[in-house]
Amino acid sequence: MSAIQTELQKRILVLDGAMGTMLQQYDFTEEDFRGERFKDYAHPLKGNNDLLSITQPEAIAEIHVKYFEAGADIVETNTFSGTTIAMADYHMEDLVYELNYESARIAREVADRFTAEHPQKPRFVAGAIGPTNRTASMSPDVNDPGYRAITFDQLRIAYKLQVEALIDGGVDILLVETIFDTLNAKAALFAIEEVKEERGLDTPVMVSGTITDASGRTLSGQTVEAFLISISHISLLSVGFNCALGADQLKPYLKRLGQNTDLNISAHPNAGLPNAFGEYDETPEEMQAQIREYLEDNLVNIIGGCCGTTPAHIRLVAEVAALYKPRKLGMSA
Amino acid sequence: MGKGNTEEQRYNDPLPEDRPPRPLKLSGLEPLIITPESNFINIGERTNVTGSRRFLRLVKEEKYQEALDVARAQVEGGAQIIDINMDEGMIDGVQAMTTFLNLIASEPDIARVPVVIDSSKWEIIEAGLKVVQGKCIVNSISLKEGEALFIKHARTIRRYGAAVIVMAFDEVGQADTYERRIAICKRSYDILVNKVSFAPEDIIFDPNIFPVGTGMDEHRKNAIDFFRATKWIRENLPYANVSGGVSNVSFSFRGNNVVREAMNAAFLYHAVQHGMNMGIVNPEMLEVYDEISKELLVHIEDVLLDRRDDATERLLDYAEQVKDSGKTSEKKLQEWRNEGLQERITHALVKGVDEFIETDVEEARTQVDRPIEVIETYLMNGMNVVGDLFGSGKMFLPQVVKSARVMKRAVAYLLPFIEEEKKNLPAGEGGSRAVGKILMATVKGDVHDIGKNIVSVVLGCNNYEVVDLGVMVPPEKIIQTAIDENVDIIGLSGLITPSLDEMVYLAKELDKLSIRIPVLIGGATTSRAHTAVKIAPAYRETVVHVNDASRAVTVASNLLNEKTKVAYCRSIREEYDKLREGFLNRSKVKEYLDIEEARKNKLLLDWDNYRPVVPRKTGVYKIEASLEELLDYIDWTPFFRTWDLHGKYPEILTDPVVGEQARSLYDDAKKMLEVLVRERWLQTKGVYGLFPANQVNDDDIAIYDENGKHTETLLTLRQQSKKNKRAANIALADFVAPETSGVRDYVGAFCVTTGFGVEEKAAAFEKEYDDYNSIMVKALADRFAEAFAEYLHKKVRTEFWGYDSGEDLTNEELIRESYKGIRPAPGYPACPDHLEKNTLWRLLHAEENTGVRLTESLAMWPASSVSGYYFGHPESKYFGLGKIKDDQVADYAVRRGISVDEARKWLNPNIAD
Repeated sequence: MSAIQTELQKRILVLDGAMGTMLQQYDFTEEDFRGERFKDYAHPLKGNNDLLSITQPEAIAEIHVKYFEAGADIVETNTFSGTTIAMADYHMEDLVYELNYESARIAREVADRFTAEHPQKPRFVAGAIGPTNRTASMSPDVNDPGYRAITFDQLRIAYKLQVEALIDGGVDILLVETIFDTLNAKAALFAIEEVKEERGLDTPVMVSGTITDASGRTLSGQTVEAFLISISHISLLSVGFNCALGADQLKPYLKRLGQNTDLNISAHPNAGLPNAFGEYDETPEEMQAQIREYLEDNLVNIIGGCCGTTPAHIRLVAEVAALYKPRKLGMSA
Repeated sequence: MGKGNTEEQRYNDPLPEDRPPRPLKLSGLEPLIITPESNFINIGERTNVTGSRRFLRLVKEEKYQEALDVARAQVEGGAQIIDINMDEGMIDGVQAMTTFLNLIASEPDIARVPVVIDSSKWEIIEAGLKVVQGKCIVNSISLKEGEALFIKHARTIRRYGAAVIVMAFDEVGQADTYERRIAICKRSYDILVNKVSFAPEDIIFDPNIFPVGTGMDEHRKNAIDFFRATKWIRENLPYANVSGGVSNVSFSFRGNNVVREAMNAAFLYHAVQHGMNMGIVNPEMLEVYDEISKELLVHIEDVLLDRRDDATERLLDYAEQVKDSGKTSEKKLQEWRNEGLQERITHALVKGVDEFIETDVEEARTQVDRPIEVIETYLMNGMNVVGDLFGSGKMFLPQVVKSARVMKRAVAYLLPFIEEEKKNLPAGEGGSRAVGKILMATVKGDVHDIGKNIVSVVLGCNNYEVVDLGVMVPPEKIIQTAIDENVDIIGLSGLITPSLDEMVYLAKELDKLSIRIPVLIGGATTSRAHTAVKIAPAYRETVVHVNDASRAVTVASNLLNEKTKVAYCRSIREEYDKLREGFLNRSKVKEYLDIEEARKNKLLLDWDNYRPVVPRKTGVYKIEASLEELLDYIDWTPFFRTWDLHGKYPEILTDPVVGEQARSLYDDAKKMLEVLVRERWLQTKGVYGLFPANQVNDDDIAIYDENGKHTETLLTLRQQSKKNKRAANIALADFVAPETSGVRDYVGAFCVTTGFGVEEKAAAFEKEYDDYNSIMVKALADRFAEAFAEYLHKKVRTEFWGYDSGEDLTNEELIRESYKGIRPAPGYPACPDHLEKNTLWRLLHAEENTGVRLTESLAMWPASSVSGYYFGHPESKYFGLGKIKDDQVADYAVRRGISVDEARKWLNPNIAD
């Protein structure tokens, strides 16, 4: 049994909050994104948050520190767009291995430091694997529904590179998240299984889908149950939902998930729904109150935050999570 | 949580009722969870090209919107899962499966249910798995090709997240007894659960539903063995499911729908009682169990459950009372001999029985004034029945060819009498009045004639006089014969691509000479589109594409009937004009790259990290193989296609529509095979070569001798159509290390034949008026040639070149290592340039080593031959060149050292308009 599985039996684990929201506070300029190394790069780089692991590593480390200080057990690597597919926007496909490796290494160092200081509370690093910016089961062209901008094999190959780099960089867990198209996720899981088999590893895998709106379905149209069935073919540490919705709106879907699985359940909702300016203004206290309802209903094993959440949110989430027992497994119908 | 835990758990629960539930869970956009409480799960079967002619036509014609309607109608009609099958020779299965599943994904009302990806081809299955987001079912895998491949496929399926249907089939064959069924299912289950860690609830067994009431003792237990096996599986293989195709059970009661529907219902009832929980049932062929009359039910269940020795006879007798249409039974087999003369002759023709035909014809001869009248009345009456049955889909091609054999025997018997009579008659009288005279020829440079012979036979059966000029017929001879013999129609056949241009040439010549004889076009390489776009505009008279022997008669009669001719010709002309316009408009839309741009986007393999395997020995070597060795390598599906029976082998043998005919054809083939192998009718000759080689100038492959001297150059052609982002414009040369990489790479070449001896045998059969066996021996020789090529490719991979000697590596390694490399053939989609055969022939000294010659159109003679290249790089793959542009043609002409016009002639089918 891995260390994280042991911890999960004891308590509810807390995942960190948003990386992007924190980076906004640094207000990095184009020059900051470029750093010394890419100062002559032919394409604009501002907005390539993953690149900051190379050009502003101190900032990334600092954010991890803040979340651990707030009480997080697990931080996610700064690799949401760390595939050749997503990096193509910045013409940085060749940098993918290094980005992931460095991001994992930074998080690893910070986590190890915290674990050394508080051995009774081991800290973990989850390699964040985002959905890319393409969908394998939907056409971007309404006039050509049979067309696909990306194939399973292209995704599988891209994900494999990311997974290898994350593992080399020292992650404890792989987190396939913000899944809006299950086929993309299946390609990621396929790649993970390949790497695990090739290396004889048993790295735990977390899967987290995204319910886009009140229809209760993923962007690619699957219901909660159909999504769960479609990703249950490999052994998972946890399954859950993140992004798109606030904790309130996400709750019914977490319940449905819980009724249908014996896996650990994770949730990292947004800080509410975005306001007219695209900002999230749910306060840490508001979020804490909603998460308390999750805990009262015994819904989760892993809890954290997505867009708009900060160390202040995570601090209150961690405080309340410490008061409850984790969801018991083996209770589904 | 190690694996040990779960397995222990699996085996520690012997009693089904004590087990915690592990339902089969599937998903489309919505979940489908199959629990012990679920009712029987019905799988929709209409989106299957092997079972639905309509769906096949829609897919072939790329009418995907209508094809989607078929899927939608099934879901609306209550199908909880839909089965999708694209196994048909004329369809690019991978592409069709991908396209159709992609389109389904954007139709939420269809995509809500899970799909079954149904194919006998692994690449089609995998293509399907790559585009389905839900958890689907793969149909099917089995131990047929051994444990290693079974494990490999199961592992891959698991990794894609699908459930799987496992056929009760092993290395020996399909399970047909209770013991074999359970033994194979148990073995499959143990492998899947223990070695592959496949979730047991994701395993669905298909323990083979076979017909009962066939009159054969070995079929008596077909239903009961299925029931018992189903029960055994459900009790002994925890969580596994059972499925099957129900209507097959009542197959021998075709024509008696009352009995069939009742039997299907009774079978389903018992099967479900025994634990079958899903399957394919045609709702139109199903009675409600409770509404079956008590008496009929008793008779049916006597048969299904094998309750009495005379159950089948009793049901047949009873069936006579309840039948709604005619039906012959086993015991009536010889009764037809008691019927009237015409009935007997008709029966002999319809059934293809030649045992009594001479006796009957002799009797007929004594009843008429002139021997010719036997043909004109008795025999033609019988053949008309054959024609009607064939035309209405109640007889199948092999049966018709057998009918023709009987007909020819009868005519041969009568000929001496007719000749005798002619001597005593004034000139101009006598002789049969054929309804029309048709010239048939395989065009210049082409040697393939199986299809042409089948059409000739079918036309002959329908009282057309056929002038068969054989193969490799020069255009002058076709034209001269057409004039001299005053034929009504000219039929042209061809299998290789240069034949298309021959046909265009011939059409132009006919036009130039102001000849007004309609032309029929057929053969594997021809198409309605090519006929409409290239041939029809070249000739004022009507040109019709006929690729189905059964259509030839209808088309010919429409062309020759004075009443219909004008209207028919006009409608064909209009149809082709429309098709041509549509085609030309569509082809304009395609975008192409300049050849230089295409080269810049060539497939870049990672040569820095690639170490080519050095062949055990380079050079050219002769090889032979015994026919026995090749038997295992025969691919039967194309064999059935030759006879217009469409469907994949072995499922075709139990197909509800053509299964019986396929079995009978297969039996005949097996019988001939036995003699053919024993008496060594065919000689196998082969040659292969392995050479040092490098890619040069992007598109060429330089071949070197042992001293590194450049001896020959293979010219390959590069895709020029504009690709989606990141897809390369491939040429075969991309699979070989470029000279600039500094890596010494290798390529191979081969030529095999099993064609020597075929002509003699075929001629001997024809002399006996036995077209059936003449076609059969040619069809089998073609299968042997392909089998030889497959056999040699394996030898090359594992021994001679040895780059894939890992056949005894662990299974995990096998998954990654096996099936590397390809063997494309000049004249096929990746390298349509037939001129390359000249180079291969020089490299291999092929004619000297095998006797195989190249005709002027570069077809191989004898026809049952295969040649091609070997590429060993693990990333090498089959692809289609598609259309190329004039700039590449000009570039190619320079490289080949020929004029642009000549290059255009050879590459014409691939040049974009």
